[in-house]
Amino acid sequence: MDLVQLQRQLVDYRTSLYHEGFLDEQFTQLQELQDENNPDFVVEVVSLFFEDSERLLNELSNALEQQIIDFKRMDARVHQLKGSSSSIGAQRVRQLCIVFRNYCEAQNVEGCLKCLPQVKHEYSIVKTKLESMFQLEQQILNAGGSVPV
Amino acid sequence: MAAQGRHGGQESNKMTALVVDDNTVNRMIHHRLLDNLGIENVAVVNGKEAVDIHCSGKTFDLILMDMDMPVMNGIEATRQLREMGIRSMIAGVSTRSMEREIREFIEAGLDDYQEKPLTMSKLISIVHKING
Repeated sequence: MDLVQLQRQLVDYRTSLYHEGFLDEQFTQLQELQDENNPDFVVEVVSLFFEDSERLLNELSNALEQQIIDFKRMDARVHQLKGSSSSIGAQRVRQLCIVFRNYCEAQNVEGCLKCLPQVKHEYSIVKTKLESMFQLEQQILNAGGSVPV
Repeated sequence: MAAQGRHGGQESNKMTALVVDDNTVNRMIHHRLLDNLGIENVAVVNGKEAVDIHCSGKTFDLILMDMDMPVMNGIEATRQLREMGIRSMIAGVSTRSMEREIREFIEAGLDDYQEKPLTMSKLISIVHKING
């Protein structure tokens, strides 16, 4: 695939992520913060989001396996996940966190047990999509081109 | 003109800011936003650390204060800073949407309040309030 095709593929892919609700306007904000002095900013923030989210999701799984469920602690974790997903524009993850928090507040175990796998699923989808997008960007850079905004 | 920040004993015309947020992703983004505007900044992870850093003698032109944090939240930290006589611009940033909660935060002593996530245009509007 030549450079122009790669660039077009990236633009289409990125547009589809917004269109399908995986990403929202906040992701665009992040891209605007990237410049020649900070060329890897988006990848760095998103990598931090991945690390943070994986830790939080593990902690949530552990919390739900306990005999006595600490809803307050769980709510604090979901709040963190909601915060970071919101900050990077991971819209679907953020929206599910809102649902999850309602279950925590209502101390609804069944609701939480149903919601956590959904959050994990949406998280893993957006992670895969962002990683694919970064790979495309890298291919473009390796081919000597510039990443279209 | 930007207020002079007393920062490490050196006088400089650069604005200074303190980011107070327990979320690592948010701290990174707020740091970048401030850097982009040429504002020297430092981050702490909760309200108590924000109070402690002021107790150590540091002051800042701007404090970006998150609301929900462990150990000491943004409302309590803002109250304490004002009680200590800190007159810096304190801008609360939060995802809370209930009017009552926002009002409590503002009444603790905020100069401005912005809904998260923080964007460049929101930060610029906060900074204009300092200079204006």
